[in-house]
Amino acid sequence: MPSLGADMDAGTLVEWLKQPGDTVAKGDVVAVVETQKGAIEVESFLSGTVERLLIAPGTQVPVGTPLATIRTDDEAPGAARGMAPPAMPVPTVIPPLPRTQPAGPPALATERIRMRASPAARKLASERGIDLTSIAGTGPDGAVVLRDVERAAQVSPVPAPVPLVPEPAAIRRGFDSSEMRKAIAAAMSRSKREIPHYYLAHTFDFTPAGAWLQRLNAARPPAERVLPAALLVKSVAMALKSYPEFNGAYTAEGFRPSTAIHVGTAIAIRGGGLVAPAIHDADSKSVDETMATLRDLVARTRSGRLRSSEIFDPTITISSLGDRGVDGMLAVIYPPQVAIIAFGTPALRPWVVGAGIIPRTLITATLAADHRVSDGHRGALLLLEVERLLQQPEAL
Amino acid sequence: MTRPPVETRIRTSYREAIRAAIFEAMLEDERVFLMGEDVGRYGGCYAVSKGLLAEFGPERIRDTPLSESAFVGAGIGAAIVGMRPIVEIMTVNFSLLALDQIVNNAATLLHMSGGQISVPLVIRMATGAGRQVAAQHSHSLEGWYAHIPGLKVLAPATLEDARGMLGTALRDPNPVLIFEHVLLYNMEGEIAADAGAVEIGKAAIRRPGRDVTLIAYGGTLHKTLLAAEILAKEGIDAEVVDLRTLRPLDTATLLESIGRTHHAVVVDEGWRSGSLSAEVAARLAEEGFWSLDAPIGRVCSVEVPIPYPRHLEEAALPQPARIVAAAQAVMRR
Repeated sequence: MPSLGADMDAGTLVEWLKQPGDTVAKGDVVAVVETQKGAIEVESFLSGTVERLLIAPGTQVPVGTPLATIRTDDEAPGAARGMAPPAMPVPTVIPPLPRTQPAGPPALATERIRMRASPAARKLASERGIDLTSIAGTGPDGAVVLRDVERAAQVSPVPAPVPLVPEPAAIRRGFDSSEMRKAIAAAMSRSKREIPHYYLAHTFDFTPAGAWLQRLNAARPPAERVLPAALLVKSVAMALKSYPEFNGAYTAEGFRPSTAIHVGTAIAIRGGGLVAPAIHDADSKSVDETMATLRDLVARTRSGRLRSSEIFDPTITISSLGDRGVDGMLAVIYPPQVAIIAFGTPALRPWVVGAGIIPRTLITATLAADHRVSDGHRGALLLLEVERLLQQPEAL
Repeated sequence: MTRPPVETRIRTSYREAIRAAIFEAMLEDERVFLMGEDVGRYGGCYAVSKGLLAEFGPERIRDTPLSESAFVGAGIGAAIVGMRPIVEIMTVNFSLLALDQIVNNAATLLHMSGGQISVPLVIRMATGAGRQVAAQHSHSLEGWYAHIPGLKVLAPATLEDARGMLGTALRDPNPVLIFEHVLLYNMEGEIAADAGAVEIGKAAIRRPGRDVTLIAYGGTLHKTLLAAEILAKEGIDAEVVDLRTLRPLDTATLLESIGRTHHAVVVDEGWRSGSLSAEVAARLAEEGFWSLDAPIGRVCSVEVPIPYPRHLEEAALPQPARIVAAAQAVMRR
């Protein structure tokens, strides 16, 4: 069960799209999983042959639970038996509360430290096949206690029999807005608790970009028109190449910059909530490709069919308020990312050019960044670079 | 729909309930007699046997000399030859003078005689502190007797058990010790008018709860119930188990309870070292380890001779606040 966000504890397997014996390539969609963010398509991270499905549809399992075994092409049949596939490259789960280190002699890094867990927690974890080390303990000195395992197993203290085949109504393909609200609450609370945000705002001339888009779109049918959001995504992706401290993840080991630039794009959901799936490798996509990806993401977000990598991969997020928003927004970073850039609604305003005041289309870009990783000076340079790139949109 | 029979309830006290039990036993079985220091003319040092001398006469309500060893020994002898004596010892502290009779004779004779000699003796004694009678009258040594094979040890904490345990004990063919906590004698309440013999050997859940099992007996039961009410206001739903029988221990009820709550605190007016609370905690650890979600907590008397001054006596004994704190500690809330 991949972690589709740092705040995800468990997911429900809704549907298998591959069966034992099927060949899968890395990136193929193999299953659909129900999470707080709705139904997510899980992609294989290996190429090979599906050997065994370990989890029945309708079963809720904690993050990290093997779902299936896949025999890779260089393994003999049966070699994968009993082998758990390596865990998805999940973002390291940071304990929900900042914890002070217990007093006492510091443990050597190489020393094997015994997992602190209560007997009752160990017993339940063993019964449920849950790896104790995957659970953040809330007991004394961080010990895993029963309630932590219950939370991980999402079981009530008196376990009810879990139907193998869920009621039809239990399979949801859209978004549960109350669940989504919980997910947002958890992620945003954690962000504000753990990330020392700093904010920079910069207003600049969007007239050249707007004019370029107008020329580009003039000859196109509505379905093929490029929206400003695509241009903004592309400009940020290009700017990030020179400012890697805004692109990556902050984990327990500190900041891990990412060489790939996967731009999460905030998409509002009708009825409330939002998700920010990734436009992968946005720096190497053309503006048209970016727009096509964005269009596809919006459509699939609204139908509740996002892929695990899209949920998991963003290295930075952009929130564009579109054409019916306000001037600017101070956004909250989505952990474990370290920056988010919000673009206000481009608007016609008086602007000083040379000695005169003339009407220009202006846009305000706001950067919220993690002060553990970067400083305001570099953040300012990043926003100035975005401005510079948007003055020559044809070069993007 | 059948109407449940209307139960007649009467108001009584712990002291009166024991007296009623003695009264009933004397009426039912002429082999039963009561003996001890001041049980006759004085009516018992805690007034349990008040009025019984007039009712049953000096043959069956016998004042004894101030020699615990002698009158407990006499009781053992009477039991061996077929009587059903109830021996009252003023306090458990004084029972130490009869320790040889109880431990070396009463508890062993069935075994040493190859099953030929049983000792159907009941010994009642007061235990515990709280009445400012100082260290030589205030200790809780029932845990020592619970160590001894061959004895049954009871600790009635409710009116029903005060009323019902004696009769059951008298029907037992082997020696039974009943410990009456001094603070309970004045406890009043209502019981069924026809209350009688109760089962012994089983613990009782006096207050069901989900979060933590508080294990108590005798004088600490009511402090523990009070603590449970305080805990309830703080969102901790405590289950209170009354041991009732200290030997043999009803481990099954305790294990069943911690199987649900996963947390336990043992409350014992005895001292902590080498105590009954240690035995209970050890059994939970031995047999209930995989149910436990936290170390077992204990609330015992401070390890000093029980002091005379009221504030020091209160400070030395388990009190609701300490029980609450211990429960919170094991819950880590």
